[in-house]
Amino acid sequence: MKPITRIHSRTAVLADENIDTDRIIPARFLTTTERAGLGKLCFNDWRYQADGSDNPAFPLNQPQARGCAILVAGRNFGCGSSREHAPWALLDYGIQAVLCSEIADIFRNNALKNGLLAIVLDEAEHRWLLEHPGIELTIDVREQYIALPDGGRIRFQLEPFARHCLLNGVDQLGYLQQHGDLIDAFIREREDREAAIHGRTPQQDQSRLAGVTP
Amino acid sequence: MSAKTLFEKVWDAHVVAPETADTPAILYIDLHLVHEVTSPQAFSELRERGLRLRRPDRTLATLDHSTPTLPADASGERPYATAEAKAQVTQLETNCREFGVELHGWDSADRGIVHVIGPELGATQPGMTIVCGDSHTSTHGAFGALAFGIGTTEVGHVLATQCLLQRKAKTLAIHVDGALPAGVGAKDLVLHIIGEIGVDGGTGHVIEYRGAAIEALSMEERMTVCNMSIEAGARAGLIAPDETTFAWLKGRPRAPQGAAWDAAVAYWRTLCSDEGAVYDREVRIDAAKVRPTVTYGTHPGMAIAMDKPVPAARNAVEKRALDYMKSEPGKPMQGTPVDVVFVGSCTNSRLSDLREAARVLRGRRVAEGVRMLVVPGSEAVRRDAEREGLHQVFTAAGAEWRVPGCSMCIAMNGDLAQPGQLVVSTSNRNFEGRQGKGARTVLASPATAAASAVAGRIADPREYMTEAAA
Repeated sequence: MKPITRIHSRTAVLADENIDTDRIIPARFLTTTERAGLGKLCFNDWRYQADGSDNPAFPLNQPQARGCAILVAGRNFGCGSSREHAPWALLDYGIQAVLCSEIADIFRNNALKNGLLAIVLDEAEHRWLLEHPGIELTIDVREQYIALPDGGRIRFQLEPFARHCLLNGVDQLGYLQQHGDLIDAFIREREDREAAIHGRTPQQDQSRLAGVTP
Repeated sequence: MSAKTLFEKVWDAHVVAPETADTPAILYIDLHLVHEVTSPQAFSELRERGLRLRRPDRTLATLDHSTPTLPADASGERPYATAEAKAQVTQLETNCREFGVELHGWDSADRGIVHVIGPELGATQPGMTIVCGDSHTSTHGAFGALAFGIGTTEVGHVLATQCLLQRKAKTLAIHVDGALPAGVGAKDLVLHIIGEIGVDGGTGHVIEYRGAAIEALSMEERMTVCNMSIEAGARAGLIAPDETTFAWLKGRPRAPQGAAWDAAVAYWRTLCSDEGAVYDREVRIDAAKVRPTVTYGTHPGMAIAMDKPVPAARNAVEKRALDYMKSEPGKPMQGTPVDVVFVGSCTNSRLSDLREAARVLRGRRVAEGVRMLVVPGSEAVRRDAEREGLHQVFTAAGAEWRVPGCSMCIAMNGDLAQPGQLVVSTSNRNFEGRQGKGARTVLASPATAAASAVAGRIADPREYMTEAAA
């Protein structure tokens, strides 16, 4: 993942509360085995009309919303299914940050792991942003603030490890693998207790010391 | 030692490295469930990095989401919705072969919905950490396991290291006091709870369901309740294991046997919240007040007793939801004409759910113009149901009896409703378009679904609880 320090863009607003991941990408598109190319399906059933043309009523189809990389969304964005296809689709569609007063847990987790900034704001600040679509914002990940056009700043907090990974492009699987010895020791110690608690499966003895790499 | 909640006990037993201000905990995972939709990109990642599975023996795969629920034709060809759906299934078969994962595929007598077969096989056990690339992994919390849904990147983490990077969640105790009235079930209860606490009422929390009404539930009913924890925003729901849990697990293929069983039960008995344990939040629900409950809007928090008037919209989003559903404020949902009825999904596709629906349908007919699908949760459920003749009750009533799978819950296998159709569904999500573009979903219990199929309108199952003359 490439490091992310700052995002500068106008905002687009989707004010609806509880925008679920089925709305972000409908389930019938989940038969893909790839991560790439989902942007054209993002918000599919909201964004297009029956004939495939753009739905003029979809807020992100408005001319002033085109090219906006910062999405201000109604409360509880990303609820529902755990599909990581939702952040993949948003990123491929051009969204780099979602600002919201509350973001569903699994979606937020998935988003941050893919470099999509999922930022939770206070309700008053969130309401103000919902009411002012199209303003220019700069999101500073290192200093954890959003710069407003008038020079004002909105502070936010990212989970420190997620922020560290964003700023430094840390590969989280690589980070886990660096703790391979600790994990191996935990498994060995637990295995003896597990044998009594859960019973031992036939393959267990072979795989318990299998290690992370072949 | 200070008093601990059930969540804290299970969490603490799985911490490989504790969390610090700067880093999340490394949490060990006992059981990783895998299906075809959320795993292919994770296996690709492993392949690109030249990694193997850390614990193939703790990984269990099945086919459920993209799979057709109509049987194979004479040549063995299955009616997949698209070539892509078939390719996705083939990809999981290839991945499981290459990485040495046990797959309950088409040739397995145990294939089924991932959250149905885990418990059935006895792979789901109290005190475990269980994950799956599927938000309804919360189902397994019914056994006192800490079970939650993860994204595909995290599926890759667990495949490669058997661990996850996690921050400890907050705890929410939901005390359900008293007893559910006759003819009111677990689905009514959980819809009522989500209606009370809201669709985001559990965000950031792990829910522990407790109290007399929870203890009185069967394992299947507890799974229904925990399954829908995510619909209140909670990643996991937990119920402390008890005699009901142990009796249900005993003798299952992957459950401990002999002396190991006794040791396991002794450990499992310690898995309850200690007297004086502190939760971050607590909510009390009176079970006696729960009535047959359905949804009237486009998220599971918009739930109400079917005989109560639909509330007026409080904002533009609710107005839009009511308009989409064609739900009328001031009028109850009971009596609303129905087009399709779906009995199935990881919420309500177990044998007891099918018995509940069959009890209403026996000797009755699905109303003219209503289509009813009954999709068992697993091959084992299908076998048991057919042994009892339930399939004949369904087909005699005019319903379709299908092959196990997720089917119309997620509607990605070709089983779906048409635009504008109203579906009474025993599944877990009534989001706009969830069961087909423009389809209107009303979530309900299996008994309500069956009664509504017979009436052709949303109906109170208590009026159908006495069996009709065959």
